[in-house]
Amino acid sequence: MKMASLKTMTASVATLALCAGVATADENAELVVNGEIHMVTRTDAPEHLENIDVIRSGWTFRTEETQALQLDDFDNPGMIFVEEAIEDWDTVEGSEGKACADCHNAVEDTMVGVRAVYPKWSEAAGEVRTLEMQINDCRENRMGAEKWGYTSGDMTNMVALISSVSRGMPVDVAIDGPAQETWETGKEIYYTRYGQLEMSCASCHEENYDNYIRADHLSQGQINGFPTYRLKNAKLNSVHARFKGCVRDTRAHTFSPGSPEFVALELYVASRGNGLSVEGPSVRN
Amino acid sequence: MAEGVKPRVKAPKSASAGETVVIKTLISHQMESGQRKDSDGNVIPRSIINRFTCDYNGQNIIDVTLAPAISTNPYFEFEAVIPDAGDMKFTWYDDDGSVYEETKSVAIA
Amino acid sequence: MEFTRRGAIALGAGVAVTLMLPARGALAAAEDRIAEFTGGAATGEGGITLTTPEIAENGNTVPIEVDAPGAVSIMVLASGNPTPDVCTFNFGPLAGAQRASTRIRLAGTQDVVAVAKMADGSFVQAQNTVKVTIGGCGG
Ligand code: HEC
Ligand code: HEC
Repeated sequence: MKMASLKTMTASVATLALCAGVATADENAELVVNGEIHMVTRTDAPEHLENIDVIRSGWTFRTEETQALQLDDFDNPGMIFVEEAIEDWDTVEGSEGKACADCHNAVEDTMVGVRAVYPKWSEAAGEVRTLEMQINDCRENRMGAEKWGYTSGDMTNMVALISSVSRGMPVDVAIDGPAQETWETGKEIYYTRYGQLEMSCASCHEENYDNYIRADHLSQGQINGFPTYRLKNAKLNSVHARFKGCVRDTRAHTFSPGSPEFVALELYVASRGNGLSVEGPSVRN
Repeated sequence: MAEGVKPRVKAPKSASAGETVVIKTLISHQMESGQRKDSDGNVIPRSIINRFTCDYNGQNIIDVTLAPAISTNPYFEFEAVIPDAGDMKFTWYDDDGSVYEETKSVAIA
Repeated sequence: MEFTRRGAIALGAGVAVTLMLPARGALAAAEDRIAEFTGGAATGEGGITLTTPEIAENGNTVPIEVDAPGAVSIMVLASGNPTPDVCTFNFGPLAGAQRASTRIRLAGTQDVVAVAKMADGSFVQAQNTVKVTIGGCGG
């Protein structure tokens, strides 16, 4: 299956795809952040994954120079945005006169492990919720404040702050029980071919990871590193913003950030990374 | 004053007399190059940090001239000799006339 | 998988890889800058190390390091940018080494040049080619 797809690649895109040569860093490089957080960047695929044996963080596909930016919080430009979110965490907003900190105290005490299990079924809401949805629920219904835009800077920075205190913990989203239906929907979207190019997420991230698409080293499209600081736009990027960009590249009409389709897709993609470490905010190209 | 500008410095709190130490600095700043256009096609005016200096007890360690080709959030890493206890002073100069400063004290261990 | 020819070409049009070396104009501007810096004196080789990635995954943030033991100042140029200036490091009496690193913007594949002025007034130069890939995929 993989061989066949490689052949078609060679016939059509290879001349375009392989021109930049190989700039991969050491295959076995280890990601240790600040000399203390040991990240799992390669591990056995979760049972539900049929076509991949070993799952790998997007970090393992980047060049040594890009990888280095994530080794130390001072060198990681994503941490600037985490600092901004710390200010928001303590800022009173809305009709109830409350800040996140009033109910949740210190983020490093109350939010450890939270990133690792989202998206997650919310019993109260009767739906699967992303971190963004949960944060906006707190803003709207507990603070009486305006919702943040789903992929806005404030929102993505806050998600990065909450992720940062779970770094090194294994992604562990639940896919059974009440979440199963949403997970199935996400899986279906992952394998559906969209757009003029008739490509699914799997066409690139499952059948062709480790190949080059033009000059870009294709990863498995994992989301354990989100939000990601991208060199391309020098800011933090949310999961749904990245999904949107990927779908758009296939010339397909894309779903909107925060839509039920993208929430389901996020749960499914997150589950493909069960066992990898939470890395956000990570650094990507 | 440009929005969201915040200096960050990583320097050791102590050193032995005469020791050479590694300093890292980063300032959050857009570094608008003056070569980009907004959605209406108008050139966004240049607005960058154009100079960065680091001194120790009044003596210079490094003095850098920056052009728009320095990336967003200018980052520098360099080495300094610590002759005795004192203050390390970091100064960033913005095109708009703003000056951002940070000071770190170093003790002799 | 169907990576059709039509698909591949359409995809190719949407992304760009810049592997061509810069036009002569840009190089001439860089040479002018070097001449200003050296006052027209010849530049030697050796005694200066310029460290750059062979391939930069994005031209927005390319880490570089210069190291020229005994230098007074080091000028860095990007010979293929619209204007070649990048930065000049001037080392003071308390510099622990004449070494510095930073992150720079490169408009495409090109030579990065570093010229150091040594304490005795002589000049040395180093240059490296950096391939800049602009992956347009994945948003
Ligand atoms: C008035 C109190 C209050 C405020 C203010 C508040 N929250 Fe909450 N938050 C809660 C409660 C209560 C829950 C548990 C709700 C639930 O399970 O439905 C919660 C849950 C959460 C969770 C999910 C935790 C988990 O373990 O799944 C996150 C994340 C969160 N809040 C973030 C925030 C952020 C960010 C802010 C500020 C923008 C904020 N909250 C402001 C009361 C608050
Ligand atoms: C045409 C090929 C292509 C398709 C189809 C595609 N992507 Fe991507 N995607 C890329 C490229 C190229 C990148 C950037 C390099 C990398 O990280 O793989 C990327 C990056 C990503 C990343 C960032 C990974 C990281 O570590 O930061 C995620 C997540 C992602 N894609 C998810 C998806 C999802 C979900 C879909 C389906 C909706 C999809 N992609 C469809 C090409 C594609």
